[in-house]
Parts: sequence; structure tokens; C-alpha cells
Amino acid sequence: MSHIVLNESVHQQEHGYEDAGSLSLFGFWIYLMTDCILFATLFATYAVLGQAVAGGPSAADIFELPYVLAETFLLLFSSITYGYAMLANHRKDKRRVLQWLGITFVLGLGFIAMEINEFHHLIAEGYGPQRSAFLTGFFTLVGTHGLHVLVGLVWMALLMIQVQQRGLCCVNSTRLSCLSLFWHFLDIVWVCVFTVVYLFGVI
Amino acid sequence: MFGKLSWDAIPLDEPIIMYTLAVVGLIGIGGVGAITYKRKWTYLWKEWFTSVDHKRIGVMYIVVALVMLLRGFADALMMRTQQAMASDGSPGYLPPEHYDQIFTAHGVIMIFFMAMPFVVGLMNIVVPLQIGARDVAYPFLNAVSFWLFVSGALLVNISLGIGEFARTGWVAYPPLSGIGYSPGVGVDYYIWSLQISGIGTLLTGLNFFVTVLKMRTTGMTLFRMPVFTWTVLCTSILILAAFPILTATLFMLSLDRYLGMHFFTNEMGGNPMMYINLIWAWGHPEVYILILPAFGIFSEVASTFSRKRLFGYHSLVWATIVITVLSFIVWVHHFFTMGAGPNVNAFFGIMTMIIAVPTGVKIFTWLFTMYRGRVRFETPMLWTVGFIVTFSIGGMTGVLLAVPGADFLLHNSLFLIAHFHNVIIGGAVFGYLCGLTYWFPKAFGFKLYDPLGRAAFWCWLAGFYFAFMPSYFLGFMGMTRRLNHFNVPEWRPFLLLEMVGVLIILCGVACQVMQLVVSIRKRHENRDHTGDPWDGRTLEWATASPPPFYNFAEQPVVHGIDAYWGMKERGVKTLIEADFRKIHMPCNTSLGVVIGVLSTVLGFALVWHIWWLVITSLLATVAVLVVRSYDQHTEYYVTAEEVERVETERRQLMAEA
Amino acid sequence: MSSESQVHSSAGASQSSHKTYNIGFVLAALLTLIPFALALYPSLSRSVTFLLILICAVIQILVHMVFFLHLTTAREQRWSLVALVFTVVIIVLLVGLSLWIMYYVHYNMLGW
Repeated sequence: MSHIVLNESVHQQEHGYEDAGSLSLFGFWIYLMTDCILFATLFATYAVLGQAVAGGPSAADIFELPYVLAETFLLLFSSITYGYAMLANHRKDKRRVLQWLGITFVLGLGFIAMEINEFHHLIAEGYGPQRSAFLTGFFTLVGTHGLHVLVGLVWMALLMIQVQQRGLCCVNSTRLSCLSLFWHFLDIVWVCVFTVVYLFGVI
Repeated sequence: MFGKLSWDAIPLDEPIIMYTLAVVGLIGIGGVGAITYKRKWTYLWKEWFTSVDHKRIGVMYIVVALVMLLRGFADALMMRTQQAMASDGSPGYLPPEHYDQIFTAHGVIMIFFMAMPFVVGLMNIVVPLQIGARDVAYPFLNAVSFWLFVSGALLVNISLGIGEFARTGWVAYPPLSGIGYSPGVGVDYYIWSLQISGIGTLLTGLNFFVTVLKMRTTGMTLFRMPVFTWTVLCTSILILAAFPILTATLFMLSLDRYLGMHFFTNEMGGNPMMYINLIWAWGHPEVYILILPAFGIFSEVASTFSRKRLFGYHSLVWATIVITVLSFIVWVHHFFTMGAGPNVNAFFGIMTMIIAVPTGVKIFTWLFTMYRGRVRFETPMLWTVGFIVTFSIGGMTGVLLAVPGADFLLHNSLFLIAHFHNVIIGGAVFGYLCGLTYWFPKAFGFKLYDPLGRAAFWCWLAGFYFAFMPSYFLGFMGMTRRLNHFNVPEWRPFLLLEMVGVLIILCGVACQVMQLVVSIRKRHENRDHTGDPWDGRTLEWATASPPPFYNFAEQPVVHGIDAYWGMKERGVKTLIEADFRKIHMPCNTSLGVVIGVLSTVLGFALVWHIWWLVITSLLATVAVLVVRSYDQHTEYYVTAEEVERVETERRQLMAEA
Repeated sequence: MSSESQVHSSAGASQSSHKTYNIGFVLAALLTLIPFALALYPSLSRSVTFLLILICAVIQILVHMVFFLHLTTAREQRWSLVALVFTVVIIVLLVGLSLWIMYYVHYNMLGW
């Protein structure tokens, strides 16, 4: 009678501490997949309701493409600045990480400001989400993306504080990676938004 | 200051509700009093409420599920008595406004707060043990999931005493569920209880998906996993893919109700039919979420109690995967009559029929497992055989309904009611009760008192047939669902027969309640020290009953399917006697409970439009998460000496037994 | 502890470098400017414009995934890729079938 222990495998078997970072990252990726499906539902609804203008303005009437282009580039720039932050993280260069994160934050904030401005304008003209099903769909889809960006910014600020306080230790590094996934995912969703909502709305 | 909330919210003028609240209040006071008298609050807090141990969390899920089963069943009793009484033109004792809330609550509670937590509870207790792991991938999230679920359940129950519940049916179609036709708080209670517990469910799906993929012990490849674990993996995939749809759809409904938007309104371009489309795109995968683990349970039980390896392991796995994928392309069969037309209906009708095929394959594999096996008709096996017969009937009526032409006549008739209760009770509920009986000794160290278990089974089986088979005929005779009162003499005998059936089920439930009491009383006599009371085949039976909090002192190495059976055949000891090592475990935390409390407050505030409370509870929740992110002591090491002590103690108990 | 790639903890940061991000940025910028130009200055037929914009979006998403998210077919990342493919399938089914259903519901029922 014997029990079988493979000494080499015992270390491997102890899933948990050493692999916590990659486990967190994988789990976060899976969460992002569910977020994709959530957005897909909103996209589907927008597509179904997109022509229901109830006598109000249609997409072509209210969208200003140059403005959206500027917003898009703000977000795109913020994606590579976050990328530079991640490179600095790999080099364990805390100062650079915080600098690039700071720039990313400002760019993201700029995006949000532009979006709030756009919404404010539309609502002031009476083209708020209560005006028609099309506007409901528009505000909700674009607004949900904006809310995600806002959450990302809050997370980024908190993470910057924690990196400042505790440096680029294991947990902070993992969290930076998770936020990186989140941030790039939001840019991907934005590609879908500007394509389906703004560009398709106008042509 | 309190939004829409006022003293009028308490339904003082409805005696039935007030009596119910009084009874619930007394039971609650009794329970709290008993715990206080026995000075168990510290124990409950330290060992259960703040636990991140999957075994404890699983038990708590099932406890709440069983309590909610009683409430959902009480709703069923009330509905049946109303229909029995009001079938001759008299108004019965439940006015429509109340009756509508009861059938809505019945559906919501049974699906979301009985079936889901029951299955999640069983998943929690069993899966990490079956894959040789120490816990799930994210123990803290696991605790949070549980308390979010409790929050949702609390909100539904609070709605009984403060305000009202939705009167829309359990899927809450607009425009009836919109603010125009449901201006009260009922639909809001519905929305927020489901949103909050829905987040919990999504996190559970994530947790188990990652757990099964990443935390299997050495040698356990995917195709050596027990079938129950496979079904849990597929169920997790279904949860991950489907629940975001529910979240988004309820979110859009709440935007319509709270901010006057026009997703699903009748005017300004809204489209209520889009809600129906989306809710069933979620709803169909949901019912597979409920049934697949039940299939997994029956697979384990059939194999164990036939003393035979499961027939067609690979077929079962592939059938499960096929069902998972197909469940996303059948949903229109829930609304053939909405008007999508012949092409759409034909496509979905055919896909619905196709999805019956892998299920049929499974039935045959279970039968072939039993064939030429040395079958022991222990109680779990009774449930299995009862399931095979009952579920097959229900499945076949499903294929009948899959024919759009037939469905045009039978949609929303009692034929439909009979079909889905047939598969849910005969499939899911029988499965969970089977699993409960099967794994109870693992979780608690003693078996359930068997004679009452058998009595319960026979009552459920006979009761089910009496309660629901007549409904098939009623459906053909034209009776629609959710009728409050009517005057069709031909229906009466069937309804009275169904009333008898419900009372028989009531006897079954009573037997189960008594069974728990008696089993707990007799627990010392029936203590099982082997950890393997059924001569099991999978790894969970290799541990003590209940397992030590770290599950395995040493994670086992697996060489094939039915890992524990293989170990038994090779004479491998599962208790180690030397070479103890320290084990890395997560710490308990109170934050799960805190998040649950905050979510309940948030939900309540949203229902009653108490905006300052909404904002503060949201901010507080964020604060809790920030606090958690600063916590550097979320894990600890169990010393090798402690492990040695626990294992030595177990060895002594086993030797004495 | 091995440094982490974007999607899964695996060997080396060598797969991501400034070059990767810069190339990705240029590609993404181009794939943004082209569709915007097509929409702002319509010179082709509507359906061709629609198709080109759609193709640019799909390619840009792939660019983001490869250059920013460092998604590869590497073994350590295999499940992440599988999850992504499955999610895309679900999304295509959900959105595609919903549009099909709702189109015919509208056609038959004069909905909205």
C-alpha cells in the first residue's frame, strides 16, 4: 500500500499564491467577455430602434463627425499612453508608470468631458433620451460606454495612489494589467460605437 | 426624505398578507431567539457568515434555497386553492391584484431564489472536491456572490410587507411592466432583486469557469473530470454568456421606468417586442443552466448506484457541450405567436427539436449505465429513476410544443404550464433533491434518515403526476394560464385532481422537513467516519465527511476517469501519514456580509426613490471595495503541524469506527 | 516571478515594446481616418461605403487585439483566445438573430 506523491508536482499542484497574478488576469478577461455581451445587447437594441425617431431628429441630423473624430483620437492616444505605462511597469520604473498613467487619465478625462458636452448640447435642444426610441438607444449605448470609461478613470486614480504608496509590487502590477485590459477593451468598444452609431448613422 | 415610502406601504388592509407576516415574524423571532439562547452568534459569524470556504457557502445557499422553496410552494398552494374554489364562477378568496402578485412571485422565487441557489450550492460543495482543489479560484468573490443573492432574496421578501410585488408574471413583459401600466413599486422590487442577485450569479459563473479550467489537480485532464464537473463547466459558460443579456435588458427596463426613456414603451418609437426577444435570449439558456447540473447529478448517481462505470462518458460530455451551444439558438420558441412569421418560426422550431436529441442521448446513456449493473435502489437512485420517466415525458411534450403550428394553439395554455413544470420538477427539482440526499453525508458527516427520504420521494412523484398531468388535458381543453376565476364546468374535475396532487406534494415536503429534524437528532448514531458512505467513485468521497477546511492535505494525483474508484482498486491510501506541508488558504472576511447589507439598502432605496440613500450606499460599496484593495492580509498559511493534527485525528476516528 | 504579458502571465515583456504600440497606433489611426473620411466626403455608393467602413472597423479591432492586447495563439493564452472566439460567436448569434427576428416582427406586425 502506498500513497503517491510526485515531489516535482507538489509545487505545481499548489495553485494559488505564485499564480495569483495570472489567475486574476484570466478571470478579469472572462469578465470582459461578459461585458462584451452586455454591450452587444445594447448594440442590438440600438440597431432595432435606430430608425424610430418619432418625428424627432435622426442620426444624420444631430451627429457631428469631426467632433467624434477628435474624441476618438483622445481615446486612441490614451490607449498607447497606457501601453507605455505598462512597458514602464515591466521595467519596474515607478516614476514613468505614474507619469504615463497621469497622461492617460487626462486624455480619458478629456474624452468624458467632450462626451458630456455633446450630451448636454443635445438635451438642451430638446433631443434628450426621452424624445424618441432612437435617442433612448443612442444615449444609453454611448452613455454606458462613457460610464465604463468613468469607472476606469476612478480605478486609474486609485491605482495611481496605491502605486505611489506601495510601489510596483505584485498585487499592484496585476491590477495595472487588469486595468490595461479594461482600457483597451473600452477602446475596442468605442471603435464599434463610432462605426455603428456615428458613421453608419450619417452615411 | 423617504422618497415614495410612507406608512401606506404596509398592506394593513390585506388580512392574508398580515397573517403571513405575523407567522413569518414569529418564526423569525423564534429563530433569532433560539440562536441567542444557545449563544451561537459568534460561532455563526466566525464559522459561517464570514466564511470564504466553498463548502460552507454551498450549505448556506442550500439552506436559503430550501426556505424559499417553502415560500414558493406556499404561493403554489394558494394558487391551486384559488383555482379549485373559483372554477365555478365564484370569485374565490384571492382578488386579481393579489393573485397576480402570487403567480409572479411563485415564478420569480422558484427560478431565481430556489432553483438557482440550490444548484449553485451543490456546485459549491462538490466541484472543488471533485477536481482535487482546495477551494474555488476566487473565494472572496464566492462569498460576495452568496451575500448578493441573499440581498436579492431579502428584497423579494420585504416586498411582501412593504409595498407590493410585480403583477406581470415572472418575465415581466412591457408595456405591462412599464411605468405607465405598473406605476407601483412592484416591478421595481422585481428589477432590483434580480439585478443584484444576477451580479452574484454572474460572478459565480466566472468563479466556477476559472476554477474548473485552472485548478484541477495533477493528472485530471478535462476528459478525466467527473460528469458533474463537466456539467458545471458548461453551466458556467451558459451563465457567463446569458446573464449579461438579462442585466442589460432589466437595465433598459429600469431606464424606461425611472428616466422616462422609450426602449419598450408603446409610444415615441419604443418596441416592447424587443424586450420579449431579449429576455428569452437570456431565458432559454437560463433553463439549461438549471437542468445541466441536474443531468450531472444523475450521471454520478446512476454510475455509483449501479456499481458500474458510466456508460458513454464521452457521449455525455459532448452532448452537454452541444446542448450548451444549441441553447443559444432556440429562444424564439418562447414567442412563436409574437409574429416573426413562418421562416423565423420554422428555423427556431427545427433547432428546438434538434436540441432534444443530445438530451435523448443522455437518457440512453443513463439507462445503459444501469443495464447489467448491480443496481442498489438507495434513495438517490429512486430519484434518478423517477427523473428518467418523468423528464422523458416532459421533454416529449416540449418537442410537441416545438412545432410552431401546435404552439399557436397551446402557447400560454395549461399544456405549456404542464410541460415546463414537468421538466423543471421532474428534471431540476428531482435532481437537486437527489443531489441533496447523495451529498448530504459528505457535507455533514451523517446520512439523512432514509425512511422519510423514501416517503418524500414517493409523495413528490405521485404528487407531481396528480398535480400536473391533468394540466395537459386542460391545455387541450382550452384553459389558459394565470386565470383568477372562470366558469367552465368541464375543467373542474381536473382542477380538483390537481389540488389533491399539490396536497400530496405537501406531504412530501413535510416528510423532508421531518427528515431533517430526525436526521439531526440521530446524527451521532448515524455518524459516518469513512467519508465514503455510498462506495463512491469520484474524488469528493476520498475526503473526510465533512472534509477538513483545506479539503486535501495533499492534492491527489489522478490517472483516469472515476479517480477515487481507481485509487480504491490500486489500494492507494487517501490519508497521508508523513510529509505534511503547510497549506495556503484564504482568510475569512466580513466584507461579503457588508456588501450584502449595502446592496439590500441600495435596492430598497432604488425601489422607493430615496435618492440620498442610493448615492450613499453606492459610495459606501465603492469604499468597501477600496478598503478591500488595501488589505494585504487576505491569505495565510496553515502550518504543517496543524495539518498533521487534523489528519491524525481523522485517522483515529476512522480506526475507532 | 515572470513578468506579465497583457492577457496572461507568461514569459517576457519582449513581445510588447514601444515599437509594437507605435505600429499599432499608426495602423489604428489610419483605420480611423479612412472610414471617417468616407463618411464625411461620400464619393462611393452607400453600400460600398458601408462595407468599407465595416471592414476598417473589424481590422482595427484586430489591430487593437494584436498590438495592444498582445493576443496570440500561445499555449498559455489558449483559453483566453477560446473564450474570445466563443464570445464573438455568441455576439454574432445574439445580434444577428435578433435583427432577423425583429425585422420580420416589424414586417408582419407593423411594430413601432
